[in-house]
Parts: sequence; C-alpha cells; structure tokens
Amino acid sequence: MKTKNVMIVGVGGQGSLLASKLLGHLLLSQGYDVKVSEVHGMSQRGGSVVTYVRYGDKVFSPVIDEGEADYIVSFEALEAARWLPNLKKDGIIVTNTQQIDPMPVITGAASYPEDIIEKLKETGARVDALDCLKLAEEAGSSKAVNIVLLGRLSHYFELPEEAWMESMAAIVPSRFLEMNKKAFQLGKDA
Amino acid sequence: MTQTTPSRELMLGNKAVARGLFEAGVCFISSYPGTPSTEITEEAAKFDDIYCEWAPNEKVAMEAAFGACLAGKRSFCAQKHVGLNVSADPLYTMSYTGVNAGMVIAVADDAGMHSSQNEQDSRHHAIAAKVPMLEPSDSAEALAFTKLAYELSEQFDTPVLLKMCTRVAHSQSVVETGERVVPVKPYEKNIAKYVMMPGNAKRRHPLVEQRTKDLIAYAEESPLNRVEMGGTELGIITASTSYQYVKEVFGDSVSVLKLGMTNPLPEKLIRDFAAKVDRLVVVEELDPIIENHVKTLGIPVSGKDVLPMIDEFSQNLIAKALGKETASGRSFSEPIPGRPPVMCAGCPHRGLFFTLKKNKCTVLGDIGCYTLGAVQPLGAMEMTLCMGASIGAVHGFNKAMGQEAEKHTVAVLGDSTFMHSGMTGLANVAYNQSNSTVIILDNSITGMTGHQQNPTTGYNIKGDPAGKIDLEALCRAMGFERVRVVDPYDLAQCDAVIKEELAAECPSVIISRRPCALLKYVKHNPPLAVDQDKCIGCKSCMRIGCPAISIKNGKAVIDNTLCVGCNVCSQLCRFGALGAGKEA
Repeated sequence: MKTKNVMIVGVGGQGSLLASKLLGHLLLSQGYDVKVSEVHGMSQRGGSVVTYVRYGDKVFSPVIDEGEADYIVSFEALEAARWLPNLKKDGIIVTNTQQIDPMPVITGAASYPEDIIEKLKETGARVDALDCLKLAEEAGSSKAVNIVLLGRLSHYFELPEEAWMESMAAIVPSRFLEMNKKAFQLGKDA
Repeated sequence: MTQTTPSRELMLGNKAVARGLFEAGVCFISSYPGTPSTEITEEAAKFDDIYCEWAPNEKVAMEAAFGACLAGKRSFCAQKHVGLNVSADPLYTMSYTGVNAGMVIAVADDAGMHSSQNEQDSRHHAIAAKVPMLEPSDSAEALAFTKLAYELSEQFDTPVLLKMCTRVAHSQSVVETGERVVPVKPYEKNIAKYVMMPGNAKRRHPLVEQRTKDLIAYAEESPLNRVEMGGTELGIITASTSYQYVKEVFGDSVSVLKLGMTNPLPEKLIRDFAAKVDRLVVVEELDPIIENHVKTLGIPVSGKDVLPMIDEFSQNLIAKALGKETASGRSFSEPIPGRPPVMCAGCPHRGLFFTLKKNKCTVLGDIGCYTLGAVQPLGAMEMTLCMGASIGAVHGFNKAMGQEAEKHTVAVLGDSTFMHSGMTGLANVAYNQSNSTVIILDNSITGMTGHQQNPTTGYNIKGDPAGKIDLEALCRAMGFERVRVVDPYDLAQCDAVIKEELAAECPSVIISRRPCALLKYVKHNPPLAVDQDKCIGCKSCMRIGCPAISIKNGKAVIDNTLCVGCNVCSQLCRFGALGAGKEA
C-alpha cells in the first residue's frame, strides 16, 4: 500500500498530541508501518502546532510536505487554511469551525479572515466542517474536541469501530473513557 | 508502569533511547532538560532499575555521569545542542581519560530551531573532542545505536556521543524491544589515566589519536555504515533523518551510503562507493561536514552547492534540489495571520513584564518561557543570548554605561536558569560590585521544557521530596542586602518594589514568585466576565497580551475556556468592567 498521510493541526494546548497518539496506536494495531512526528517545546505555548501521521507498508520520512496530505484534521478554522497547501489534490479537510484569535489579531496588527470554511471550499478542496467544541461540551468536556474530530475522521477510514474503541481504551485515561466514547459518537454522527 | 518485558510498539525516538539505556544496563543518568532531548531522561526515570536525576546544568550532569562510569556502572547524560557547549569542558578531557564502564552522551540538535536560540551543528564537537558520534535515523535505530554505543565506549575506551535531531527525537516509529542486561566493572585506582595534569595528559593524547585511527578502521567495516545499491547514475551519502527523506524521494532508484557513525568518517568505504556511481551528492542538514570530508579525499562531490545550510530538510526540498518533480497544493485566497507562541493565560510572568514595560526598563533577558516577554504587545525584553547571560550582561551593561543604566536596567531569568548558570553571574555582581537589579522569575518549575523539577522546587525527577535551595538565603549569603519578594499578579506591589530597587544605591535581587499556571496543583479562579455596560472599549486590558482577551464589536470579550481568573487585566481597567464571573 502506498503511504497515507494525515496532518493534525491546531493551536498549542488543544490536545493534538493525544489525537496523534491514538491514531498511531490504531494504525499500528492494524498492521501498518507508522511514523508520527510531533512538536514539543516553545511552539506549544499557544502557537500554531502540527503533527504528522504517516502509515503504509513502509514509511520513510516522518513529515508531510506540500501537496501530500490525504487528510488534514484541524482543531481550528484558521489553522486549516494555514495548512491548505499541504493538502493533496483529492485530499479531505476535517475541521472544527471554532475560531481562536492569534495574538496579531488580538493586538489588531492583522485581521482574521471571514468565512474561512466557504473560502476553503471555493479552492475545490473537500471540506467537512463541524462545531466540535459544542459537541465536546455536549459529551461532557470542552477538552474532548480531539476525540470528536477523530470520530468524524473515522468516517473516511475503512477500519472497524471496535479497533477505534480498543485504541481509545488503551490511550485515554479510564476515568474519561465513557465521556470520550460519547464524544467520538457525536463526531461520527454529526 | 513502564513495560520492562520485550514487545513491538510505536515509540518516540527519545523514549527509544531510554529503552536502549534500560536494555544496555545503564545504572546512572544525570541530565539537564532541553528541547528536543528532555524526554530521554524523563522516560528513563520511569524504570525503577535506573537512578535518574536532573542536575543544575549540563556540565554538572556530565561530570556526575563520568563519576558513575568511573565507579564501574554504565552511565549517561542528555542535553540539547547548546547544552553541549556548557558540558564541552569535561567532554574534551574525558576524551583523554576514557571511561571505565561505558558512558554515552546524547546531544539533540534542533535544525529549524523549533525551540532553540541557534542552529549549531553538534558534529563539530565530536570532531573537536575526538570522540565517536552515532546518528540514528528513526526510533528503531535510536534503540539499537544506544546499546551499541555502550559496547563501542568500552571497546575503544571513550565516551560516545549519540546525536539526535528534532525529527528523530520527536517522531514515533516502530521498535522491537529486548531484555535488560547489566554489565558492571570494578573501580580501579589509575592516576595516570584519570588525573589529567600535563604529564599524564601528554601520555594520553597519543592514545586518543591512535583510537581515532582504530575507529576509522571500525567505520570501514561497521554495520552502522551501510551501502544500499540501486541505480548508479546518482549516489547519495547521507545520515540521520536526511536518510529517510532520501529514501522517500528516490526509493531504490539511486544508491545510498547511509552513515550511522558520523565521527570519525570512513575513507575506503566512501572511495569504493564513489567509484560505483556516476554522480555523488551528500545530503546532510546544517554544515557540510561529510561533504568536506569527501572533498578532502579528493573525490568530486555535490552538496551545499544545491542544498541549504539553514533549517531542516524535507522530502520536497531534497527532490527539488536534485531535479525531481514534487506535488503542489492549493493556496488560500487571502493572507493568513501568523500564530506565534504566547505566554499562557494566567502566566505569572505577564504582570511582571507589564510592570517593566510601564517603567520603561531596559530588560536583559534569558532562556525560558519568559523570553516571550520580547513578543508584542509587551515587547519588554531587549537581549537573550544563552542560559544565565542576563546577569552576566547586566553587570557589564551597568559598568559600561554607569548610573544612566543602573536606574532602568534589569536582568530577568527563571528559577531553573538561575540555578543552571545565573548564580555565577550573581557572584560577579556581588564581587565586582555593579549596582545591578536582578529579577528571578520563580515559577516553581522548569517551564518551557515541560515541567521538570529543579534544585529550588523541593522535589526530584520522580516527584519525591528532595533538597530545596532557599533563593533568598542564597542571595543574602552572596552579599545581597536587598532581596525582595513580589507576587507578579499584584501589579501595584510589583511597580513599587521595582521602582525602589532601581533607585537603591546598591545591587538587589527581586524574586517574582508565583507557580506556573499550568501546574496541576495550581487552583484556578473562575473566568472573569466583562460588564458590557461599564466597558467602553478603551483596550487598556489588551496591553498585557493575554490570549484570553479580545475585542468584539468594540467591547472586551473574555474567552472562558482560557481565562484562569488571575485578575491582572482587571487591575488595568479604570471602569471596573472586568470582574469575577460565575462559578464554572
């Protein structure tokens, strides 16, 4: 199988590391070779963060370059736009509609683009947008945005739901498991 | 619990090094945290069989690890690339003494400067110190090379450098783990080997040169360096993560010489490889070290003439440089505002920096989260160099400019950075008597690298109670009569104390004390709320650069998923519009 590429993008502190950990665990359990590249350190402090997940028969590079991503999973609308150049021609963006203003917007040095989701669609990209924060709160915690997104992503992966649930049980602390299962379903059914 | 039995799993490069340390029977680890090296020691500390500690700095860590290897236990220390500058002093002479039990030193480079102040190439240290350096290209190699490094260390009587880079350290790939085996050696007194005074060192240096020759002979045959023959039009010599990019682009269509040991470099292996290909290219990040070696052998080679010396590589970058087509993507129709890192909501550094800015202070800064004090809208830092440099520099700045500087110039550094190398700078202020004001931002943790304990926190790497250095007592013992403590959430107090200490006719230390808002034990207040009737949209609250505050429709808005109720913003509002919100 040719290597498949998933980018997980968002704002430092939103929980993208847990999402990539879960995805890596899932794909390894399905017998794929997997590489996951993360960002630690200064850029985590509220900055733009990106995690690369690659899987296939044999994966070499740990990073995903321009025009290579089969999926971009975005925790925030502006970040989906930022990483659009990395999307493959027939790739899919699964994004949270939430808007988090970066400091240049807060200080007035730059403005936050309007109607990002529409503009993403105008480029011809396939965009699946949902209000993950609302769904996460419905599941019981605003922190479950990551699992809502993975639930949505599961639509596009031809993997049995049990496999997702097993990886979730292996990665998520047990006291949050039920809440996260709910978040996963809400994302999936949205 | 950390698994101690063999398995196959997806593992972070740094965790794979820790696993390798466990399997190699390492008994002693001393490190100072630094991105991207930190997780090696954190993960190793999860094994009960390995003694692990955070040392005050990299030099102390390396010396401690040396002492442990002298005592006959395999030992280890880890640091980031700039940390190796701090520990270079023991390293260069450990090359002469050699080891007793094996000793391995991990150094993690940060091409691309994801979280660093420079982009130096650590291979220069391996060459200059004349010690072997191994470079894994993924997690499986990180584990295997770590174990092999101990065998080489003992076989060739040398410390061994294990060079990581961000993309190997912070990428997860598949590893198969093994069992732990613990070799121990007796300690034997050997003054000629371990006391490096001139007479002894003169006898050790020829051994170092001979060792390099022996290591070159090893490099010619070692499985660390391997040839993967494919098409012969193009031959690529590469190492580390660059190997993965090369394979991604070319697969088996070109021939590759993959170097797992980048110091010393083989000669015959390279000559033989070069003879088999039409065109030879070296693909290496940062400096042209392999390339220059190939040139020294008189072999025509391409490298930095087509590839950059700056930033990290990727598959597309290499493909473009070597004339292969790459995929292209779509672009968004309008400019996308940047999202630089910022101090977190509730960060205790914010109130202090706001006060420094308000008092028009010249702030000589240091390495840590608080370096973000230089970012707009605070813009309240004018110099950052290396760990501890703030105090060294404020002394020189004040001595050179005199009273004009003393009244408005401060050094700012964190508790961990102060322990690392600020104390010696403070000794210089005390000894050579500059009228300097030093501010220690004591947030009770090493923050930027992800919350490591340090000598001022009272806890060790495992979270157990440990010795605790009293900052106030330490500064007083060094001769500072004026040592003040402020709460950075209290802007009026900060303002008064900073004014007093800058005006004082003798040097002073201000300790700005408040734990990092991200620490689990820190209790947060409910998010603040904006009284829409009182808010006139004056944007006073925006001056502190808090990510939880923005202006929507001419009024302040608090993001209650971010706000931790620190109340710094409400102290800036003259209209009383920012107040306690409802319980979350």
